Amino acid sequence: MHPVRRQRLMIVAFIVVGASAAAALIFRALSENMNFFYPPAQIAAGEAPEGRTIRIGGLVVPGSLKRAESGLDLEFRVTDNKADLQVDFRGILPDLFAEGKGVVAVGELLPNGRFKADQVLAKHDENYMPPEVHEALKKGADPGVALGGGARNDR
Amino acid sequence: MIVELGHFALILAFGLALAQAALPMAGVLRGVRAWSGAAVPLACGQFLFVLVSFACLAHAFLTDDFSVRLVATNSNTLLPAWYKFSALWGNHEGSMLLWLTILAGWSSAVALIGKDLPIEMRARVLSVMGMIAVGFHLFVLLTSNPFLRSFPNVPEEGRDLNPLLQDIGLVMHPPMLYLGYVGFSVAFSFALAALWSGRLDTAWARWSRPWTTAAWLFLSVGITLGSWWAYYELGWGGWWFWDPVENASFMPWLAGTALLHSLAVTEKRGLFRSWAVLLAIMTFSLSLLGTFLVRSGILTSVHAFATDPERGSFVLAFLGVVVGGSLTLYALRAPQSSGPAGYSLLSREAALLANNVLLVVAMATVLLGTLAPLVVSAMDLGRISVGPPYFNLMFVPLMSLLAVAMGVGPLMRWRDSSGASLRAMLAVPAASCLVIAIAFPFTYAGHWHAGAALTAGLTAWLAATLVAGLRQRLRERGGLRALPMLGFAYWGMVVAHVGFAFSMAGAGLTSIYSDERDVRMSAGDSVTLGAYEFSFLRTRHVDGPNYSAERGEFTVKNVSGERVRHLKAEKRDYHSQMGNVMTEAGIAPGFLRDLYVSLGEPIGDGSWAVRVHHKPFVRWLWIGGVLMGAGGALTLFDRRYRRPSAQQPVR
Amino acid sequence: MSRLRLFIPLLVFIALALLFWRGLSLDPNYMPSALENRPLPAFTAATLDGASISDTDLRGAPALVNVWATWCPSCAAEHAYLNELARRGVRIYGINYKDDPAAARRWIAEKGNPYVANILDPSGHLGLDLGVTGAPETYLIDAAGVVHLRHQGPVDERVWQRVLQPAFSTLENGASGR
Repeated sequence: MHPVRRQRLMIVAFIVVGASAAAALIFRALSENMNFFYPPAQIAAGEAPEGRTIRIGGLVVPGSLKRAESGLDLEFRVTDNKADLQVDFRGILPDLFAEGKGVVAVGELLPNGRFKADQVLAKHDENYMPPEVHEALKKGADPGVALGGGARNDR
Repeated sequence: MIVELGHFALILAFGLALAQAALPMAGVLRGVRAWSGAAVPLACGQFLFVLVSFACLAHAFLTDDFSVRLVATNSNTLLPAWYKFSALWGNHEGSMLLWLTILAGWSSAVALIGKDLPIEMRARVLSVMGMIAVGFHLFVLLTSNPFLRSFPNVPEEGRDLNPLLQDIGLVMHPPMLYLGYVGFSVAFSFALAALWSGRLDTAWARWSRPWTTAAWLFLSVGITLGSWWAYYELGWGGWWFWDPVENASFMPWLAGTALLHSLAVTEKRGLFRSWAVLLAIMTFSLSLLGTFLVRSGILTSVHAFATDPERGSFVLAFLGVVVGGSLTLYALRAPQSSGPAGYSLLSREAALLANNVLLVVAMATVLLGTLAPLVVSAMDLGRISVGPPYFNLMFVPLMSLLAVAMGVGPLMRWRDSSGASLRAMLAVPAASCLVIAIAFPFTYAGHWHAGAALTAGLTAWLAATLVAGLRQRLRERGGLRALPMLGFAYWGMVVAHVGFAFSMAGAGLTSIYSDERDVRMSAGDSVTLGAYEFSFLRTRHVDGPNYSAERGEFTVKNVSGERVRHLKAEKRDYHSQMGNVMTEAGIAPGFLRDLYVSLGEPIGDGSWAVRVHHKPFVRWLWIGGVLMGAGGALTLFDRRYRRPSAQQPVR
Repeated sequence: MSRLRLFIPLLVFIALALLFWRGLSLDPNYMPSALENRPLPAFTAATLDGASISDTDLRGAPALVNVWATWCPSCAAEHAYLNELARRGVRIYGINYKDDPAAARRWIAEKGNPYVANILDPSGHLGLDLGVTGAPETYLIDAAGVVHLRHQGPVDERVWQRVLQPAFSTLENGASGR
């Protein structure tokens, strides 16, 4: 083959192989890291998978926040006015977390029906009113992206 | 009165933008030189009136004119003056006005600095910029008027700026970001002008390169500021969240970086023309897309502005016209083939091609991850979010390959380099890469870590190849004497690449070696994190200008018991708004590590939830970002941009 | 042939634009009220004038139920328009949400009173039952007290024309036709 043609072919082959490998990797990574959102009612109806990272959201039931005697373990209940969900969390709650207000949590559903949260989010909004619940609840129902806001606890 | 003046000036500016779009175009089509020449005064006039309008709104903010709805909802009398000013762009309407101001600023800069451009070319470029300006003027005037009054119910006090935005980082971040975003409109306009005139030549590449670099450097600095702000102000030590808004600024940066490098090939070798034009269109389109995503409410995120489907429809329609129109023009007018490739696999062209492919794939990855939730919900498959692991997984291999190519690229010659000389030059870098990769994890942490080895190895590779490149250049030009003659463009490249190495090392190593703990602490308690012991001394009540706070005081000691730092972390309660609590972290910055403490919430019995971090190399991220910006700035001083007319063919 | 290849970016963009267009109509922020098409929760509460009011008192004709508070600047922004709606004969009930009644009375005295009656909800319990996520929010109820619509954010001419009024007219016509 003519050397120039051979070279062009090699470049094209390099691009094709690279692009398809990248595409395969991307889709694999994407499908593994999609976190679906479930409101408490759907979880109560058994629609959510166990042992997979999911997001849940709703209002924190007033009076449901309980802390352990020592350490940072705590639990609270989240409701969407149709069903409740018990959430366990260890760590620091975001600044905007409050009973009666909206919250979104990322974590997994345990076989005992409780939700183990790795991350609890509440959200600031620059234009809507306090109680900031609104945003978090909006986020709860949105198809958008998980990362909430101002007071987010990464990891 | 002043407020109405501002509104009026904005309307006048809109008229001038219309004229700027139409008159030079008519001049070019009809061959009337006077009309083409009118582009310059029109662009400057538009800028002047937008500036007046901006100043009027700033006046309203600084004088607490709460009859203006925007001021009432975003400012407050207690706010320090500096933040009153920056509150102007802490909201949708004001930030769009800032956007417009910057757009008009860029176009008058092209008008004034681009004096050496052929008059027709300048007319074309300014006409395209005028069209973009018309779109944004309409957007502001029709859907986002910042000058709306709220008579007769004038509040006595404003609602205050979100405390998260009351910060120097946020004063600087949006203007820098917009200078970058909007700056790419210049490269875009040059590309369209070139397509339009059919003159897609090396002169086009030479003209648009400095503008692209300028926009790119601002965007680099803007993104860096945003990351730095998130780190210290959000209170939890994260520096990048793969949030849609962050992605919206990162995608144009990736595409813009690719553009920068492909323009180099086009300028030097006349290759990649069609591809460079496409990248120019893509880069600005991604800036617009970012605006659309953030302001339409189609995806929500931390920085999400108050969203409004009507605004979304407007931006989408605008996006359709600008991107659809320019891509159609591209499809019809782009040169089909650049002729024979004329370069080998071992050439700088090939290395830059690899750079472009990797950057564009990286950009596509981010785009896909950002839009996936939208695709899934559009297909009624449920509501999803894409977690950071996806992006991290994709970026490690992509950026590693990029770093490899980045090391080799500058060492290669145009057209073809000899394999033997490349091998000779790469021997030392390859060896140092291997040695550092193996040695670093053990010397730093005492045990093996593949990711740390990769990061350290690639960093060494980049550093060593840059040194090898310098040696080669000096040898060719007659030794150390040639040092001052290497030129700003070269040094700019070196500094920017060093910046990339810093950012890459920072991102990799801080992700791997950061240590954090959430603990429950009472005054007197201590917690050990790695080689540091954090002691919680006491909390004190303090009052700020517009907040009151609980301040936790900590001391940090190292292994040998010496006191390293005294840290103060605050939990602030802003007065003006109900429930606006903010975490102000206590940070001890350092070149090699940051120590970071933030107060969570009080948990009865006098104890607090406290988060302590040890973050090695985290500063390198931002040092790198600043160096990239500085590198971009250096290249702007290169000789060939100072007197472009000297090299220009006469027409 | 190779000219056609240059159309690929345009096609990709068109696909994306269609996706965005669809996305816009989805409105990620829309959050159906837990109560939509269900009656208002039962409650008995005090009004701003000191009288007592219960959910049954709101029945009889279609009405708006507006959740507001003095700490909420958007409520101030929408107040003038509520006055206007009241002048046009729209029945509006207020829920004074997590607020100080004295401040609320001053507010009404200053800005005018568009409300038939104002239900006090200082603790926010009624709001919670309603699924209120913020203020202002406005619910459209029919003559039987069933919630038909909820609007989050201030009501202005545009919202009224596009969202509330069409449903409101249907309810009114339905009521008069009955």
